[in-house]
Amino acid sequence: MNQATYGSKTLDRYLVDFLDALRNEGVKVSLGSSIDFGLAVVELGAESFENIYWAGRTTIVDRPEDIAIYDKVFKSHWMGVEPLVEEVNKIPPLDFLFDDLTEDSELEESIKGENDLLTVRYSGLETLLAKDFSKCNKAELQELFLLMNEIRFIGEYKKSRRMVPTKKNRNFDFAATIKSSFRTGGEIVSKNFKKSGERRRRLVLLLDISGSMEVYARVLIRFVHAVMASRSEVEAFTIGTRLTRVTRELSTRNPDLALSKASSSVDDWSGGTRLGEGIKEFNDRWGIRGMARGATILILSDGWDRGDAETVSEQMERLHRVTHRIVWANPLKATPDYEPLAKGMAAALPHIDNFVEGNSFNSLKDLSKLLTK
Amino acid sequence: MGLRDVSSVEEVLQGLSTQNYLADRGLATAVFLCIRQGRPLLLEGEAGVGKTELAKSLSRWAEGDLIRLQCYEGIDSNQAVYEWDYARQLLHLRTAEASGRTEQVSSSVLEGELYDEKFLIKRPLLQALSASNEPPPVLLIDEIDRADDEFEAFLLEILSEYSITIPELGTYSSEVKPIVVITSNRTRDLHDALKRRCFYHWVEHPEVDREVEIIRTRAPKVSQLLAEEVAKAASYLRGIDLYKPPGVAETIDWAEALVTIGVDDLDANVIDETLGALIKYREDQERIRSRGFDEVLSLVRQG
Repeated sequence: MNQATYGSKTLDRYLVDFLDALRNEGVKVSLGSSIDFGLAVVELGAESFENIYWAGRTTIVDRPEDIAIYDKVFKSHWMGVEPLVEEVNKIPPLDFLFDDLTEDSELEESIKGENDLLTVRYSGLETLLAKDFSKCNKAELQELFLLMNEIRFIGEYKKSRRMVPTKKNRNFDFAATIKSSFRTGGEIVSKNFKKSGERRRRLVLLLDISGSMEVYARVLIRFVHAVMASRSEVEAFTIGTRLTRVTRELSTRNPDLALSKASSSVDDWSGGTRLGEGIKEFNDRWGIRGMARGATILILSDGWDRGDAETVSEQMERLHRVTHRIVWANPLKATPDYEPLAKGMAAALPHIDNFVEGNSFNSLKDLSKLLTK
Repeated sequence: MGLRDVSSVEEVLQGLSTQNYLADRGLATAVFLCIRQGRPLLLEGEAGVGKTELAKSLSRWAEGDLIRLQCYEGIDSNQAVYEWDYARQLLHLRTAEASGRTEQVSSSVLEGELYDEKFLIKRPLLQALSASNEPPPVLLIDEIDRADDEFEAFLLEILSEYSITIPELGTYSSEVKPIVVITSNRTRDLHDALKRRCFYHWVEHPEVDREVEIIRTRAPKVSQLLAEEVAKAASYLRGIDLYKPPGVAETIDWAEALVTIGVDDLDANVIDETLGALIKYREDQERIRSRGFDEVLSLVRQG
């Protein structure tokens, strides 16, 4: 910061404190952008709040989600209007991590038991893999989580517009042929060919985290993370009473860290279900604009919806029109004699390409096989 | 006045308005900072809020070239940076053979000739870096979210160094830094590394008063009264739940359509008949029709 221009230290201090306040509210402020901010304030002049406001908006904020937070912090910091208080009535962040293991008496018992009955537990692996998540105890789930990190999720490929060389007699590659002919004095000795390359098809995961899905969702979010860790071009959202994008949060490789980040950004855990509304929000804000276009969509939900079944049907139809394929994994489908009676599920069915289970480790493995086809 | 000489945000506002682009203060500040600090400007926002238009207006104001790179899935350096014109190179070689020059000069000389700048096809990015005279060109990298990650990574070097290396020829560094405008529709997140190099602005739909001005400058045939009505109707429609709320581009279209059919005051019939100019989804049109036009008309009529 240019001391000569401003003469006093207070402005520097103010700017730095402001950035700290933003960081405390969860806005990502890198060192680079704080320098840019300082330079921008110098460029614009700090005599008006408006200049400082826009200097920060341009250099620090880099996504619309942060604008509201920025406005709030700016107001309280520079105008002294609204003092910064911790949000008291904020819903405590959801714990995807199943509490602290050491304090868990059930687990401790099972660990104690493990010493005596080690073999029993491991011979149970086969059974465990097929066991419904809702019937697993915490120790079993922990084991499944470890296994889940081993799932390598490839997903589908699609033709790219980018061409790659091939030995096969496909499309004649004029440019490459001539280029290689320069080595032989402009004489064409061999022909080069090209074919369409392949690209990963984008995969969008929509996880239902409403009350009815609670038991499964806690496990499935691990699956979602495992998928995200194993390939690129994946987007993840949770749907409860509203839609939350968790792509950024879940992109961290360390599963525990990723889940704790995601849990603090989702605040409608185990609430009511507004599936239709959630899908609508996805369509409006992300999907139809491009994210869902030509993508594979995987919805993990039991299909219970408090809202209007009409909305689910309408929104699924809209989504289906732009996507490559919609796969719906419903944990309840594994129950014998399952009929898609839930209103939302029945409404969605005509617009689904694959309807599968998703209640156990094995079913998730099948699911990733299905999506690799 | 040269673009590099702008000394205040007001000058940017004014300069853009001479090109019929009415920016708000935030956008003008972002543009000002980009020009002064030679950094790219990253614009995000709903479709039809005037992101691309800004770059066009900037280039007209700067009186420089507008170089546009429309991104698409699979775009690569051959389409974005440069490509050798192999056919012409081959022709050159054949001519040399036919005229017997191959006997006279060594093969390395001949090869050197092949990789001459005249056989280089400059694509937008290289064009933008090759400018040698003021005014600076405006490089518009449109809808970068349609290109893939790899392409973004490749842009990083160009945007931070303003130079490109061509193995056969050497490094091109820009003598005159282009003004770079990047737009994205947010179908995916851009890399933080790219964002860090840019100044960022989220473009909002304009407020009613400004939209009236925009309509009046863009479509001078539209009367003040009609422009006001159209802007109010558009702002109302953005508030109700539509799949695709109308952008500025659509309101201008609509206003022009109304003038073309000789309307100077909105009524239910007229809205119904011309809705297609403003609203492009069948579902949205149905939604608006089922609501009826009373509400929007009463809003429009308010002073």
